Amino acid sequence: MNDLTQSTLAQPKVVGQRTPRIDGEFKLTGRAGYTGELSVEGMLYGYPVAASIAHGTLERLELDEALAMPGVVDIFHHANFPRLHRSPNSMGHGDQVSEVRLPFEDERIYYHGQYVALVVAESFAQARAAAQRVVARYRQETGAISSLLDGAHDSHTEGELLEDSGTTRGDPEAAFAGAAVQIDAVYHIAAESHLQMEMHATLAEWRDDGSRLVVHESSQGVFYQRNAMARIFDLAQENIEVISHYIGSGFGNKLFMWPHAVAAAGAARELGRPLKLVLPRAQDMTGGGNRPASRQRLRLGADRDGRLNAVIHDSTTETSLVDRYVDACGSATPSFYACDNLAVSQRILALNHGTPCPMRAPGEVSGIFALETAMDELAVALAMDPVELRLRNYAHEDPESGLPWSSKQLDKCLHSAAERFGWAQRDPGIGAMRDGDEIIGYGMAACTWFAGRQPCQARVELRADGTLFAACGTQDIGTGTYTIVAQTVAELTGVAVADIEVKLGETSLPTGPLSGGSMATATTLPAVAAAVRDALSALKEVATGHGGVFAGVDADSLTVAEGALSDGERSHSFAEVLEAMRLSSVNGQGSSAPGEEKKQYSFRSFGAHFVEVRVDPSISRVRVARVVSSMDIGRAINPPTARNQVEGGIVMGIGMGLFEKLDYDPRDARLINANVADYIVPVHADIPEIDVELLDYPDFKFNEFGARGVGEIGLTGIAPAISNALYHATGKRYRDLPVTIEALLADHASG
Amino acid sequence: MRAFDFSRAESVGSAAQHGNAETAFVAGGTTLLDLVKLDVMRPAAVVDINALPLKTVERLADGRLRIGALVTNTDLAHHPEVKRDYPLLSQALLAGASTQLRNMATTAGNLMQRTRCPYFRDVGSACNKRQPGSGCDARDGINRMHALLGGSADCIAVHPSDMCVALAAIGATLTLEGPAGEREVAFADFHPLPGDTPHIEHDLAADELITALTLDAPLTLDAPLARAGSHYLKLRDRASYEFALASAAVQLNLDGERITEARLALGGVATKPWRASEAEAALVGRPAELASFERAAEIALRDARPLAHNAFKVDLAKQAIVRALRDATRAARQGGTDTQESQA
Repeated sequence: MNDLTQSTLAQPKVVGQRTPRIDGEFKLTGRAGYTGELSVEGMLYGYPVAASIAHGTLERLELDEALAMPGVVDIFHHANFPRLHRSPNSMGHGDQVSEVRLPFEDERIYYHGQYVALVVAESFAQARAAAQRVVARYRQETGAISSLLDGAHDSHTEGELLEDSGTTRGDPEAAFAGAAVQIDAVYHIAAESHLQMEMHATLAEWRDDGSRLVVHESSQGVFYQRNAMARIFDLAQENIEVISHYIGSGFGNKLFMWPHAVAAAGAARELGRPLKLVLPRAQDMTGGGNRPASRQRLRLGADRDGRLNAVIHDSTTETSLVDRYVDACGSATPSFYACDNLAVSQRILALNHGTPCPMRAPGEVSGIFALETAMDELAVALAMDPVELRLRNYAHEDPESGLPWSSKQLDKCLHSAAERFGWAQRDPGIGAMRDGDEIIGYGMAACTWFAGRQPCQARVELRADGTLFAACGTQDIGTGTYTIVAQTVAELTGVAVADIEVKLGETSLPTGPLSGGSMATATTLPAVAAAVRDALSALKEVATGHGGVFAGVDADSLTVAEGALSDGERSHSFAEVLEAMRLSSVNGQGSSAPGEEKKQYSFRSFGAHFVEVRVDPSISRVRVARVVSSMDIGRAINPPTARNQVEGGIVMGIGMGLFEKLDYDPRDARLINANVADYIVPVHADIPEIDVELLDYPDFKFNEFGARGVGEIGLTGIAPAISNALYHATGKRYRDLPVTIEALLADHASG
Repeated sequence: MRAFDFSRAESVGSAAQHGNAETAFVAGGTTLLDLVKLDVMRPAAVVDINALPLKTVERLADGRLRIGALVTNTDLAHHPEVKRDYPLLSQALLAGASTQLRNMATTAGNLMQRTRCPYFRDVGSACNKRQPGSGCDARDGINRMHALLGGSADCIAVHPSDMCVALAAIGATLTLEGPAGEREVAFADFHPLPGDTPHIEHDLAADELITALTLDAPLTLDAPLARAGSHYLKLRDRASYEFALASAAVQLNLDGERITEARLALGGVATKPWRASEAEAALVGRPAELASFERAAEIALRDARPLAHNAFKVDLAKQAIVRALRDATRAARQGGTDTQESQA
C-alpha cells in the first residue's frame, strides 16, 4: 500500500482531478455571505460624499439639511474625523496600503471622487439620500493633469525616472544603433478599471469598549489590512481581526486597504456602533483603484536572421498625487527572449487620479503588449513567420538571472496552439483572407507571468467524527482556493473532499499569503501539506502510544490510506484511533516558504495565444472570432477552475484590446464614465469561441505540487495577438489600446 | 434618492389627474429608477401606471397598427404583425438594450427615454437639460457620443432610442390623454429640437399620458406591386448592450432596378430621432446601387456639425447608411423583408 504521507505527489489521485467547488453550493444558494450582505445588531450605514472636482480645495461643507434628514446620525469630514496615524506602508513589514493618505486628512482635493465626508445613518437609503444633500463648496484650480496620454500636457508628462527600477545588460544603445533591422515604436494603453463584480465593502465593529476591532472586508489580503489598521488606529495586531470569507473578485484592487475602510472603522469607533460601508460603483471606480495608463517606447534591434541583439524598453506609468504606485511594464522583458544587450527603464507621472494599483498581471500585461507587438513588427520587417521569430530567439535559460528554467515549455505551447488554430493555413498577405464583407486577420503572441511563493502557515485538525478541518489565513477571491486546499488534504489523507472543512480569510487563522501575483496556490498548498503531515504524525503517536489501537507498533511503520492508519495487517480509521483514546481531535501545524530553489532556477509560466479577428471595413467593425491558447503553468490542481482563470483572462484581454478606457475629462481630470454602462467591457456577444489547452508539465523544482499559478497569465498576450491580427487584416499597426472605431475609420479613410 | 409619494393609477383619467411638473409616471422604470438614484430626476410623486389597460396591439380598419403604451419592447419586437409588416421596428427594438431591459421597457417609456450624455447623468456637471441655464459641459468636453445633427449652443445630447429611429422611418402618431381629453401628435413632431430649451424634450404636458402609438400603414400597402425591403443597422463600440454611435433605419420599395420609395432615419448622431428627408428624396428614381447610396449618405450628413471628439461619426454614419441601404435592397430583391437581427 502506498503511504500517502510519503507521496511525492507524482501520481496524485485528487490533486489534478476535476473537483467541484466546495463553496459552490453556498454561493449558488446565497448562503455565502459577502461583506456587503452582512449585518450585525445595531449596525449603521456609511455613504461617502465624493469630490466633484479633481484639483483644488474644499472650502466649505454645508451639512444642515443633510443632518436634519431622517435617520442621519452624524457626518464626518476634515474638521471632525479623528486624527489617526498613517500606515508606514511597507510591503516588507506587511502593512502596505493602496493609498497612504488617510481619509479627510486635509482639505486639498487631489482627485475626482476623493472622499470629503462620510454620512452615517440608520439605513443605507437614508445615508445615500443625505449624502446627496451635502453641499460641498470647492475652490477649483486649473492645471489638473487628466492623463499621461493627454496631449495637452505633453510638457508635464515626461514623469520621474525611477533609478532603482531599471535594469541593463550589455551595451543596448550601441547594439541597437548597429542593428541591421530596427524597430522603434511607441505604445499607449489607456487607464482601465478593475470593474470587479463586488464593490469594495467594509463592516467595522469595535468590541470590548473599543479595545478590539473586528473588520469584515472584501479583501485579497486580510493580514496586510490587519497590520495597517494596527498602525493607523494604534492597536496591537492581536486586537484586530480582519475577516474575508467570500470575495466577489478583486483583480488586485483588494490586495491592500483603501481609505474607505479607515473611514468606516474611524466613524464606527466615534459612534460606538458597528458600521457598514459599501462603495457605490462610481466611487469604486474613482477611488478604489485602476490600472494606470502607460506610454512605452520599445526598440528592438536584430540581425537579418531575426536574432535579437538589442531590446530597449522605456515605460512611463501614472500614479496619483497622494501615493507612489509603480506599474512596472518592463518586468517580464529581461527574461522573455534571449538577447545580450537589454535595457529597461521606468518612470512614473503623478496626476489627478485616484491612486492606481495592481490590476491582473500588473505591469507585465502592458509591457507584453508593447514587446509582442514590436516582435510582430520585427517579423513583418524580416518577412518571417512570427512564430518562427519567437522560436529563433527562444530563451533556453533565463537571460536575466543566467539560471536554468525550472520547467519551460513555451515551444510546445507555440506548436500546439498553432496546430489547433490552423496557423499553417494563414496567407500572410495583408487582407488576403476574406469572407463576404469581412477581412480575416490572424495574429499571435507569446505570453508569460512570473512564478513566486510567499511564506505561509496552515493548521489541520483530524476530528473524531471522521471529518477534517484545514485553515489558513489566505483568501479565496473566487478562483477556487477553498477547493484546492480540500483537494490537498484529501490527497494526503485519503478522506473524501466532502468530509473536509476549509476555513480561509481570517487573521485569527495561521498567517496566509495575499491572494495576488498568481502565488496563492504554490504558496498555500505546501503549508497545508506540511500541516496534514504534522497532524498525521500526531495521530500515529496517539495510535501507537499506551492504550492506542496500534499500541506498541513503530509509529513510522504505519501507513495512511483512505482515512485510516494501517500496519499492513490491521487498519483503523482516524476516528477509531481518536475514539480509542477519547480524543476529539489531533492537530497539525505546517509552514512553508520559498527556499534554496530560487538560487538554482528561474521560475516562469509561459503560453501562446492565437487569435482570429474579423474586420468589416465598410462599417468599421471588428470582432474577435476565435482564440486558441496553450498554457504552460505547471500542474493545474483543479483543471476546470484553472481553465476558467485563463478564459477569464482572455475575456479581459479582449476588453483591454478593444474596449476598456477610463475617460478623464481633459479640462479638469474628472472621470466621466464611472459606471458599468459607459465603461465598456466585453459582453457575451463579444466573447468568441475560446479553446484553452493546459499543458501538463508539473514543476516539481518549484514545489512538490508542481503548480506555478494561473490567475494572470491568460490576460497577458491577448491584446497584442489582437492588434497583430488587425495588422494582418488591415495593414495598419495599432499601437494604442483600446483599438477604437475611430482608429479603424482613420485606417479605412486613408485607404 | 429623495423620498417621494407613490401611488398606483386605476385609470388613465386618474393618472392624468396626478400629473404635474413634480410627478413622474413609472411603467418599466428602466430610465426613471436609474436617474432617481443618481439624483438627476427628483420627482415628488411617482405614479405607477402598470395597471392601466394599455397593453394591446390592434390592427385598425385603415391598415394601421395601434400599439398600447404599456406593450413591452419584448412583446412588440416579437409580435407577429410587427414582424410581418414592420420588421424594421422589430429589428430596431432588438438592437436596443438587453433582453432583461426590453422585458421591462414599454413603448411609451421608450418614447420618453432620456439621453445617455454623461454630463446629464452627473449632477456635478453643468447641463442645460438637467438644470436650465447651468451651461453645457459636453460641448467642450468628451463629446464622442454626442450629436452631429440637430444640436444647439445649449445642448448636443443624443436621443438614445433605437425604436424611435425605426419609428421616424415608418411614421407614426401618438395618442395623448389629459384632463382636456384626447389629442394626437405626429411622431415626427413629438421630440422637439433642443434649441435654447433642451429641458423640454417632448410635446407632452405634465398632466398628459401617452396612451397609444399608431404606426402608419406599411409602406408595402402603398405600392403593393413593389418589392419592399428594410434594414436597421446599429454601429456601436461592442456587439450588444451598447448605445449606437451611428445607426440607420431604411425602408425601400423597388421597381426593378430603381427605388420608387425610400425612408431613411438616423440614430446615435442627432438630438432627436432623425428623418433624413432630403436623402430620401435623392434616392427616389435612382438605381439601387452603391453610387446612389453613397450620394444619399453624403446628403444625409451634409449639415453635420462635428465636435472635437465625434467627427468620426460623420464617416461612420455614412457607412451605416450605405450598408443599410444595400442590405435593404438585398432584402427587397429576395422578395421580402430582411428579418435577420441586426448584428452590428
